[in-house]
Amino acid sequence: MEIITRRTPRSKKLVDYEAESVHSKLQFYRYPPTGTLSLQEFEDIALERLKVLKAVETVGLRHIKGSEEYRNEMEKVLRSFPGGVARAVCRAKCDPGDVRKDHISHFILRLAYCRMEELRRWFIAQELDLFRFRFQNENKENVKLFLENNNLNYDLVSASEKEDHRSELVACGIQGHLIEFSDIYKVEFYDVLDLIQRRKVYVSRGFAYVPHIDLVTLVLSEFRSQLSHALTIASRALPNLEEDNRLLPMLASMSKSYLGQDYGKKTSVGQITADMIEMLSRTSFPMCMQELHQNLRQHHHLRHWGRQQYGLFLKGIGLSLEEALKFWRSEFTKMMDGDKFDKQYTYNIRHNYGKEGKRADYTPYSCVKIITTNAPAVGDYHGCPFRHVDVAILRQKLQAKRIPESGVNEIVSLVKGSHYQVACGKYFMLTHNTGHDFSPNHPNEYFDESQKALNGGKDAGASSGGVKLSQPKSSQASQSTPSQKSLSQKNDDQDDLTLDEIDQSMNGIEES
Amino acid sequence: MAENISYDPNCLPDLLPIYYKRLFPYSLYYKWLHYGGVPKTYFSHREFSFTLKDDVYLRYQSFSDQQELEKEIQKRCPYKIDIGAIFSHRPKDHKTVKAAAFQALEKELVFDIDMTDYDDVRFCCSGAEICLKCWSLMQFAIKILDRALREDFGFHHILWVYSGRRGVHCWVCDPDVRKRLQQKGRTAVAEYLNIIRGGENMTKKVNLWEGSIHPSIQKAIEIVRDGFEQYAVDKQDFLGSDAKMKKVLALISDDSVRRTVEDDFKHVKTSRERWQVLQDRVKQVTSKGEGRKCACVIEEIMLQYCYPRLDINVSKGLNHLLKSPFCVHPKTGH
Repeated sequence: MEIITRRTPRSKKLVDYEAESVHSKLQFYRYPPTGTLSLQEFEDIALERLKVLKAVETVGLRHIKGSEEYRNEMEKVLRSFPGGVARAVCRAKCDPGDVRKDHISHFILRLAYCRMEELRRWFIAQELDLFRFRFQNENKENVKLFLENNNLNYDLVSASEKEDHRSELVACGIQGHLIEFSDIYKVEFYDVLDLIQRRKVYVSRGFAYVPHIDLVTLVLSEFRSQLSHALTIASRALPNLEEDNRLLPMLASMSKSYLGQDYGKKTSVGQITADMIEMLSRTSFPMCMQELHQNLRQHHHLRHWGRQQYGLFLKGIGLSLEEALKFWRSEFTKMMDGDKFDKQYTYNIRHNYGKEGKRADYTPYSCVKIITTNAPAVGDYHGCPFRHVDVAILRQKLQAKRIPESGVNEIVSLVKGSHYQVACGKYFMLTHNTGHDFSPNHPNEYFDESQKALNGGKDAGASSGGVKLSQPKSSQASQSTPSQKSLSQKNDDQDDLTLDEIDQSMNGIEES
Repeated sequence: MAENISYDPNCLPDLLPIYYKRLFPYSLYYKWLHYGGVPKTYFSHREFSFTLKDDVYLRYQSFSDQQELEKEIQKRCPYKIDIGAIFSHRPKDHKTVKAAAFQALEKELVFDIDMTDYDDVRFCCSGAEICLKCWSLMQFAIKILDRALREDFGFHHILWVYSGRRGVHCWVCDPDVRKRLQQKGRTAVAEYLNIIRGGENMTKKVNLWEGSIHPSIQKAIEIVRDGFEQYAVDKQDFLGSDAKMKKVLALISDDSVRRTVEDDFKHVKTSRERWQVLQDRVKQVTSKGEGRKCACVIEEIMLQYCYPRLDINVSKGLNHLLKSPFCVHPKTGH
């Protein structure tokens, strides 16, 4: 059974795999593949690339992106794959067949991952990380060739201009005695937003001065915009594939795998009522949610992102919309009248439950999201206590929760090493008197694990329904396979906010 | 700012019609938001939202021209007007197009600075109150941001407005900004300008590293330095009590330096003397090559007390609404 990939009329250019494999394996995947491909191979190479991308994601969660360990780990993991796709992305020598597989598999996954905003974001993030790794592994000639082939010309800063801005460039990390010899590119700041965001480059009059070492950021920003554009086009073209019932089911199943557990789809809605929250918060909430709960109780108010983080978590553990309204209302109306609450806050709560606006059903925030996005500002109590709280204050908080001194020290040293989720796992072990080694990826996972531990491992987690909520009794470790991912560092590339969030922030009108 | 004339919010329904009839600068307002009519739909696809009496809230209003805007405003007499983004379709028709097709395309880059966010570093007022003592904070904020927006980013068309109650708004209207800065770009610019980090559980909100202070922050420090004594010492008396001193001391991360400074403070009485003593001590310690952790502590303190505190979520979103200039603040009448 063979299929022929359709050729788009505009881009008739064929990819010359022979030439590509000799020169550079890097590419922007501008031209779709042509030729014939068996269905079996179609599926095989697509799955292989999926595994590669999944590995890229895992390594990125464990190590600081761009660090020595990150690169070594990437190298190791990618080399452990047997297939041609992995060979093409990590080995210096690969044959034209491997380059072809790299090329085609990328395009297949584009089809599989273009259909939804969330899938697109995941795909772009992983492809960009993979590209960055490959780009940084290339030698100078190949990089130069790649830039030429893709018409990426960046203006070099002249010697006299370098001299004029010497002190500023030095302050931005370029070594003074190397300024004369290093290539610095002058580009519009719009092209290096990542560097601007982290205040990594000097900007003047709208132009950023990008040192050679950050060239990859420039190239990535180009790749990102091309890929994002291409995915939008692909999603529009997808309906034209509708008639082909061999491909669509396969594509759909591919995009379903590997997105982690979705805590949005709960079967246990209604298990939990507003008056149970106080008790549960003491026994089974992760520290970030305990913080929010206590501050809500104390101030009878939480600011926007606090309400989001806590509200969606509560929804995730099974609080129904009615109960949620009751819960927030009872707290907020200690400070404002019910009328004001109804006008200003019910909309947002209903929105989170998919009852307003575009009626999307929002999912609770994961640890990665809490740690890397929307850092708390003045007046905020959300975020991750292990990431966003002063060590001295964290220490006090842990002591107040009667964590033994040795445990506190252990947690603090994990925090200092940027192992926030591992620290949270340690906190779990100490508060549940269990030896169960676990580092949470999601506050709701923490809750489920806690319930399991407290119920003596009888219930298979709140998500599967039929939970018996319990008070803390004794230590009983549950035997489940914990996930070991830990986010050891703030990701460099923060994901863009989703459209949903924009929609939400639209609803938070400024009160000035 | 000074409350010379008392204002009674209950008069608003009587006063607003007169204001909207006689005073509201419709033609200037239209001239601004019309942007020369390129493209033609620029004004008619702009979202306005009205807050009416009893917090009745109307989103997705839009008007084809100045006459229609005038007529609607005078008819509705909104307590508050917010300006949103320019959409792909007329916002008032948003229900007739597919949700996915109705999208925010362009908007000015906006910044919102509220005095409320400075409550931990001002001692004269709190919450929505403002006075001439703490208004200096807004002056610092405007000077610092205006410089960065013009000199670093090369923006030209910048409008600063008093928000009507407790802060200021900034509208950056350059064509490139409106068109090319999408969510990601707005986030990048806002984060670049935002150096006060951390929530209620983070005491020290500014961290600098000697030798690698970004030029933009360097220039902000110079601006703050110029007015810091006059503001912090004269107006706020920021080292004038034990509690106030404790706040400053908590920002010194090096334990031994902190204890020394704490001792030093006991020997002098006024804020001015204490600030001088603190600077001398830090200079002395760092010149000996010790206390590396606090090499920039003076700058960190100045920034924590005076650097603009942005509500960055307002700037990040392409379609975040912001109160319109020339609209009376319903709670203050300003």
